[in-house]
Amino acid sequence: MIKYVFKKFVSMLLSLFVLATATFFLMKIIPGDPFMREKAIPEKIREHLFAVYGLDQPIWKQYLMYLNNLLHGDLGMSMKQQYMSVTRIIKETFIYSAQIGLFAVFVSLAVGLILGIVAALNHRKWLDSVTIIIAVLGVSIPNFLAASILQYVFGSKLQWLSVSGLNDPTDFIMPVLALSFLPAAFIARLTRSTMLEVLSADYIKTARAKGLSGRVILVRHALRNAILPVVTYIGPMTANIITGSVVVEQIFGIGGIGRYFVQSITNRDYTLIMGLTLFYGIILMAARFLTDIAYGFVDPRIKLSRGGGK
Amino acid sequence: MRTRKSAFSFIAALLILAIIAVGCTPKNETGNNGAANNESSNNGAAGEATDAKVFRMNIHSEPSSLDPALMEDNVSGTLATGIYEGLTRKNENGESIPATAEKWVQSEDGLTYTFTIRQDAKWSNGDPVTANDFEFSWKRALDPATGSTYAYQFYYIAGAQDYNEGKTTNADAVGIKALDAQTLEVKLVAPTPYFLSLTSFYVYNPVHQSVKDNEAWAADAVTIIGNGPFKMSEWQHNTSIKLVKSDSYYDKDQVKFAGVDFTMIEDSATELANYETNKLDYTGKPTGEIPSEQIPVLKESKKDEFVTKGIASSYYYMFNTEEVPFNNVKVRKALAMAIDRQAIVESVTMAGEVPSFGFVPPGIIGMKDDYRNEVKDDFFTEDVEEAKKLLAEGLAELKLAKFPEVTLTFNTSDGHKKIAEAIVEMWRQNLGIEVGAKNEEFSVLLKNRTAMNYQISRAGWGADYNDPMTYMDMFVTGGGQNNTGFSSPEYDALIKKAYASGDQAERIAAMTEAEKILMDQMPIMPIYYYSNTYMLKPGFKNIFLDYKGDIDYTRGYYEAK
Amino acid sequence: MKDNAFTPDQFTKLNKDEKHTEVVVRESISAWKDAWLRLCSNKIAMISLIILVIVALMAIFGPMISEQDYRTNHLKEKNLGPNATYWFGTDDLGRDLFTRTWMGAGISLQVGIYAALADLVLGVIIGGIMGYFGGRVDEILNRFCEIIYSIPSMLIIILLIVIFKPSMLTIVVALSITGWVSMAWIVRGQIMQLKNQEYVMAAQALGASTARILFRHLIPNAMGPIIVTLTLTVPSAIFAEAFLSFLGLGVQSPAASLGTMINDALKAWTLYPWRMIFPAAVISITMLCFNIFGDGLRDALDPKMKK
Repeated sequence: MIKYVFKKFVSMLLSLFVLATATFFLMKIIPGDPFMREKAIPEKIREHLFAVYGLDQPIWKQYLMYLNNLLHGDLGMSMKQQYMSVTRIIKETFIYSAQIGLFAVFVSLAVGLILGIVAALNHRKWLDSVTIIIAVLGVSIPNFLAASILQYVFGSKLQWLSVSGLNDPTDFIMPVLALSFLPAAFIARLTRSTMLEVLSADYIKTARAKGLSGRVILVRHALRNAILPVVTYIGPMTANIITGSVVVEQIFGIGGIGRYFVQSITNRDYTLIMGLTLFYGIILMAARFLTDIAYGFVDPRIKLSRGGGK
Repeated sequence: MRTRKSAFSFIAALLILAIIAVGCTPKNETGNNGAANNESSNNGAAGEATDAKVFRMNIHSEPSSLDPALMEDNVSGTLATGIYEGLTRKNENGESIPATAEKWVQSEDGLTYTFTIRQDAKWSNGDPVTANDFEFSWKRALDPATGSTYAYQFYYIAGAQDYNEGKTTNADAVGIKALDAQTLEVKLVAPTPYFLSLTSFYVYNPVHQSVKDNEAWAADAVTIIGNGPFKMSEWQHNTSIKLVKSDSYYDKDQVKFAGVDFTMIEDSATELANYETNKLDYTGKPTGEIPSEQIPVLKESKKDEFVTKGIASSYYYMFNTEEVPFNNVKVRKALAMAIDRQAIVESVTMAGEVPSFGFVPPGIIGMKDDYRNEVKDDFFTEDVEEAKKLLAEGLAELKLAKFPEVTLTFNTSDGHKKIAEAIVEMWRQNLGIEVGAKNEEFSVLLKNRTAMNYQISRAGWGADYNDPMTYMDMFVTGGGQNNTGFSSPEYDALIKKAYASGDQAERIAAMTEAEKILMDQMPIMPIYYYSNTYMLKPGFKNIFLDYKGDIDYTRGYYEAK
Repeated sequence: MKDNAFTPDQFTKLNKDEKHTEVVVRESISAWKDAWLRLCSNKIAMISLIILVIVALMAIFGPMISEQDYRTNHLKEKNLGPNATYWFGTDDLGRDLFTRTWMGAGISLQVGIYAALADLVLGVIIGGIMGYFGGRVDEILNRFCEIIYSIPSMLIIILLIVIFKPSMLTIVVALSITGWVSMAWIVRGQIMQLKNQEYVMAAQALGASTARILFRHLIPNAMGPIIVTLTLTVPSAIFAEAFLSFLGLGVQSPAASLGTMINDALKAWTLYPWRMIFPAAVISITMLCFNIFGDGLRDALDPKMKK
């Protein structure tokens, strides 16, 4: 096991290096630089600024410089927000996104699994149809619309909740709901679909025949065998949700990390783009790693450390 | 049946778990992330004297910097108005009035200004503000190592450009000199009548000399030292900034607000919702926004709170005059004459903009009065028949059988998109030509524009200082902003003349002539002069926007009805 | 001898009705036909199919029904509610929403379907390979997926804008460049689980080729999650297209897509709800029918579901 984890760790570092390289050159290829303004900055001043940030060097040299700093754990300073280090920006904003995100992951998992199971157990009955409708609306209504509707109804009209901000525990309700809508719906659909398959499988019928109680069958056999695609989905979903949603954070005025994924690119804030990409990459890879570990628990026949095809 | 029953109890258990989990939000961690405003500060004030009110407004996003030398957006500017104070301030009419400098004299030749810093001017840490501080700050902004993007705003000062461009490393050669602690002498390159107007611009704000020991001083509330009516008490990055009244400010008796709370809400609907649920006292421009579609409704329903104010900014399209078909002036004019500007401002933008037939917007001072009052913007008229004729003639001159395929590019924004769609449609209906409308990410657009890789491009320009020159010098041959390929020796000569002259009448005459050439050649097609719309809660007084739309809240107060 | 012999009187002649009882009258039903029959008996699924057909027809012919066109501005008649002239009302430039909605439906559904197809093909093949082979192949491809997934797609989109002109192809390319990865992961997980099943081992023991095992045994059994993932891909592609056009790659004005229409309507949905409702309803109803029909299809295809 330790060997397995170590090997995974090494290959993850390698992938991060490839990710950093690809992103670095990609962002240098696209037009623009951090110092483009509607009111153009005079050429001489631009040259100075380029020199200050090392942008006057050839790209390969900038790349080596970046890697060198990276090896020393230095993500650099933001080129747009003066005197703010990339590490600091990530640290100060991620905390909010992560809090909301983790709640949303939990809520969508709970709601999604429940809906999915209810639907599967009531296959082709009205409860199933209702669940399908909810779930489909969940995936076909974009979260920005869900967020605005929530905000309008509960914030502006009923005034039960404040329209934006994170000052109070109740302020979590709307952003969490808006974020959970889609994943919950998707998890419900996934669970229902796989549960239906599993419930009609021979071993479930056998288990029933053996007289095992419904709950035991449900949890030990059916759910366990059905949950694998949900487990697969949760990995990247968690990575996405805890790194914030641009629109939901914008609508609810949350100073999370989400907006920077877009803003850093429109600003061509090179160091921030790199920092965020690597940060996201690490979270995603960690989530994927945990997913693989979870596979082993869900289905012990899945062996990860060696090839299984042959 | 059994199965279903168990399923339900399982679900019930999960639901209860979920409810408990939601209820157990970690309060202490989240308690101070105040994106929406902290209402308690105002509730507390309500019972006390009315002048202890906290003013709450939205600034949309994080300021680019709070170091005056590095500021470059109106968010920073709005905060700077509270935290710092330059030699002068602007009153509501856009005139420069004494601030940190209590008086100044201009030499006979107009080339030297001598400012007298007031004795009681103090930094927020209690240190006196001296002429040396200004010398230090301005030279610091000019130092290439500082990396100030707005350093060119100092180029009117003798030696400033050379120093900033690295031609000399001798800072003493720059015409900024503290004669003593109270006296600042500034030598200019040319008599610049609008220099005084510049001294209230945020890059001209002073910084405390201790900042050279702490590079990141401007990134945190505790390390920022200002000299303005307010000082920063809290900065939650990306969320909110709180200012409190400064006790060391010389004019503190005139400062009525106990503090100013700024929130950073990007979404305009959310901003409006906060205003309507009484979490903000002010919504709209310059740093916020009222959703344009809501404007017609709010104008009626909130008559007492809704304000529209014209500001000194122009919205226009630029033509690439180096390429067919816009290398022909008649084609350019045809397009400019074939749209209905009134319909655009009334039905599309709706924020009280004014149709423009010239380039310099109202609000800019001319000889004595507003330049636009002295020089009417009747350089051309809208006339579809004439436009058709011009287009036909132009195409004939170009030997084109029909109008070629061209594209109008605009930077991504809902507002620009709507205007572009409306204008393209007007051209189609009035001239029978097909123009594509394409949005481009801003950096891509700017890159394409400087590379002259466009046909028609959306542009906008706001005044840097209160003089027509802030507009007119844009289109000199090879000018950094002149990405149209327009070049007229006559125009260049007029601008040069206006630059060199200290006589306002002569300058204005030259610039009027230049504007006429610009509109006659039409490398740009004016559309409208911007205006700012905002709403202010009843009872708040003396909060105003200056000529270019910057907000001044420093002397505001609250008066309950 | 004679005793043992059958005599003709021991036989009676079959009457006409009895004549064919031994023949298998019912023609042998292939799995596909069986599925089709079962699908036809599923009323809700059939209704969904009909609605889908109607939506498709409207997307093609809808814009021609109305006398209005999608691009003419009627600035004096903007933001009108549904009425006799403008059946779905008008937008903020006074353009007819009926034609725009159906035109948008045409574009958006194409975007959604093409993107889903691209995801399906890439995701299933790469996910299948990862899951089936495991080991080093899995490790490398998996890392590749993670890298692709982590590179900011906005950078890729901006690069595409610079290189290509906006077109349906570029839109689909932009959407599927990273879109297939989640599909690949879902497939990988399913295959990893399924490949340990007895029937796969049996097939391996019998010497079935890898491709056959993958595509005849494993993928069909993983179809449930694949279909569900696809039904998510369609709407998310439709909304992602709106983001693309925001960056300058998607549908360019004055043409409309459902995603851009909803984006525009969002600014004032409390004032002019119809601008939001019609395009959103088209997406939701289409997706609902897709899903119900998809479920019906899955039920029909899965022999285990037989009642």
